[in-house]
Amino acid sequence: MSTTMVDPATSNAPESALANRARFASLVQRQGALAIFVVVVAVASVSFDSFASQGNITGIAVQASFLAMLALGMTFVIMTGGIDLSVGSVFALGGVLAAWGAQHGTLVAFVLPLAVCGAIGLVQGLVIARGALPPFIVTLAGLLFARGLLLLLSDEGATTYKVPRGSSFRELAQGELLGIPYPVILVVVFFAIGGLVLHRTSYGASVLAIGGQEDAADLMGLPVVRTKVLTYVASALLAGFGGVMIASYTSSGVTILGVGTELEAIAAVVLGGTLLTGGAGTVLGTLVGVLLLQVIKNVINQIGSLDSDWQSVVSGTILLLVVTLQRVLTRGDRT
Amino acid sequence: MTQHSSAAPAAAVGVGDPVLQTVGVTKSFGGVHALKGVDFELRAGEIHTLVGENGAGKSTLIKVLTGVYTPDGGEVRYAGETVHFRRPSDAQHVGISTIYQEVNLVPLLSVARNIFLGREPRRFGLIDVGAMNRRARELMAELGIDIDVTAELGRLGLGAQQMVALARAMSVDSRVVIMDEPTSSLESAEVDTLFRVARGLRDRGVGLVFVSHRLDELWELCDRVTILRDGEWVHTGPMTEMTRLDLVAKMLGRDIEEVRAEGATEFGSSHLQGGEPALLVSGLEVANRLHGVDLTVRPGEVVGLAGLLGSGRSETVKAVYGALKARSGEVTVAGRKVRTGSVRGALASGIALLSEDRKAEGIVPDLSVRDNIALAVLPRMSRAGVVSEARIDALVDTFMKRLRIKASSPDQKVRELSGGNQQKVLIARWLATEPTVFLLDEPTRGIDVGAKAEVQGLIDELAEQGLAVVLISSEMDELVEGADRIVVLHDGHVQAELDSTDLSSSELLAALAGDRETDSQTSTQAEGQHA
Repeated sequence: MSTTMVDPATSNAPESALANRARFASLVQRQGALAIFVVVVAVASVSFDSFASQGNITGIAVQASFLAMLALGMTFVIMTGGIDLSVGSVFALGGVLAAWGAQHGTLVAFVLPLAVCGAIGLVQGLVIARGALPPFIVTLAGLLFARGLLLLLSDEGATTYKVPRGSSFRELAQGELLGIPYPVILVVVFFAIGGLVLHRTSYGASVLAIGGQEDAADLMGLPVVRTKVLTYVASALLAGFGGVMIASYTSSGVTILGVGTELEAIAAVVLGGTLLTGGAGTVLGTLVGVLLLQVIKNVINQIGSLDSDWQSVVSGTILLLVVTLQRVLTRGDRT
Repeated sequence: MTQHSSAAPAAAVGVGDPVLQTVGVTKSFGGVHALKGVDFELRAGEIHTLVGENGAGKSTLIKVLTGVYTPDGGEVRYAGETVHFRRPSDAQHVGISTIYQEVNLVPLLSVARNIFLGREPRRFGLIDVGAMNRRARELMAELGIDIDVTAELGRLGLGAQQMVALARAMSVDSRVVIMDEPTSSLESAEVDTLFRVARGLRDRGVGLVFVSHRLDELWELCDRVTILRDGEWVHTGPMTEMTRLDLVAKMLGRDIEEVRAEGATEFGSSHLQGGEPALLVSGLEVANRLHGVDLTVRPGEVVGLAGLLGSGRSETVKAVYGALKARSGEVTVAGRKVRTGSVRGALASGIALLSEDRKAEGIVPDLSVRDNIALAVLPRMSRAGVVSEARIDALVDTFMKRLRIKASSPDQKVRELSGGNQQKVLIARWLATEPTVFLLDEPTRGIDVGAKAEVQGLIDELAEQGLAVVLISSEMDELVEGADRIVVLHDGHVQAELDSTDLSSSELLAALAGDRETDSQTSTQAEGQHA
């Protein structure tokens, strides 16, 4: 990449200093989480012998894979300038439906949760895009709806559906390839596809354009409504699939899962450098954000004397730190 | 899903044939008729300008042509066939591109991305970033612009962004390009580039619609002109057959001969009192709007501010009032310097502004007449934060009588009053602050004839009492008869200063049009008569 502004009309000494500053700011914006992640991993590896063990690393990767699915969908939603508060509940609903479905065959365990979650996403997307209602409210309604449905299905948690012993459905999250657990492989594949979709398809271009300047996207003739609907459907499908994965991993449908997970997903996306106002960001950044949150949890667990409640305190502090840094460095730069 | 290059072309259109037409197009918004049966014809290979004052229907017509609005009646024809655009993308798909005054692109995306959004070159179904950047570079080279196509658009200057919008229009092989005030934020070198590109497109047989408030540009660039007034078609003809005076007269709807006759306003003669200037403005500059405006108003004097839309009339009074940030310049009231850029400072120095848009910036419709009048003086009417009700009642009573405000009682809601009486309530509010200088921006716009005369009479009365008044009006009669002196603004600077004693509306029109020759004649004439 060249280091100077090439527009001759605006290029002079103070401007290029400004451009350098802007470049640095955008580097922090994109890679701030990665820098903190590297530091935390380095310190943890030195401090705790058990941290860098293969077992622990694999554990972190598998634990992170469920949140990663939600955060991937959330990345696209936030990129359009929206928000999806329903994913935590939808994730839990997907898990319970998958565990129930597994009793009727592996196919049902996949199709049923994805169909129900996809439908929830479709309704939310249509109301948001066609009805021009605020995503915050619509997906808050979705959160309540999905959680309620889940409690009805499980008699308020009294009934726990078990995945039958010997069901091939367990393989999804418990199996491995060359020593790598399937969930980790799935996350890598999904994020690779996600990156390709965002940067190399017209749908992805529309997502970025809508988040950047919705009126302009409309005037340029981009399919604004269709893109938004697709984005909320994808978010719900990914959350539902995360649920399917966790049902397979735990061999059961756990009702109390996913409370507040939507907020963790949002945190991961923002840590990863996606602007909360939309229009810019990367899926890779989100993956780093997810891993950072998971590593912090793990490190605090390693410090035996610390209460696990410190996990949230530390995560919250780092989130605040990163967004403040982003804000300070990009001040007056973006509106 | 998305077409690779451009959209489906309709039947071939030769140079000189109509490419885009409207026939009797009407459009209204909540009972207000913005377009009353407008016929418009754009030919292939011409640059056609649309001219009209604010509210003439220009922007509405453009929005109909570009699919933002659907017309209520009449039809739009493209390449001879009737079309029904439901949304902007419909118009774009047949080959109509629009460049807006405000750049309508996505600032966070790269230049190349912006040019090809929705029509990106692909390979194996995926966007081919390399090819996209290469083609963007070629386009920019063709336009003679040196821009890094991978740079984020928002980091470029406005002019460069406008060029990107133009490159986008070119890349779709548009047959019609509509430019709505594309030059308003451009530097002159950028304007030259824009014009060069526009002429290039015309020579390739593209039809262009060009809108600009800078009249000079019309003769420089355009082949034909269509004039709209009050939502109606007024005139279409070659640009070369039109003088500036003609154009402005048609645009404002003034018959030059007719105006020579007696006026019809309530203004009396001059009340100019001698002494220190009440208001002294020097070298007032506002970024992109005002380039050094000087203004002197003496007590009892009414100074008219004339100028076409975009000349900087409203900006001048807003900057004096501190509502618009001045880059440099000095404002003095009765010999004392006023802190610029602060409304509180201006108010404290005795400057009041009756703003152009009384609905948005002045009246509080659900408050009573009394409360609306008292609003600006509340701080002065209270002691230790407690408002003295009796003093307010007395004040409101005085002003309601003095300005003959027709309301059932001081407690009637302002919403229920007529436009003229609302305006008087606002004037009362500002008079209650006992100003030294009163800035009036279009005080009689949108009120009926009777009330208009009353407001005009009132302005006269105020001057008689020694108030220094700055009057902005789009009505020639009002300025010529109401003001003692008229300052003509053009493009953010003072173009001429005319003594209105024996000035006729047509002479003022000439000055407004910015016609140098007529203009100098007028000033000498005015000076001669004055002497």
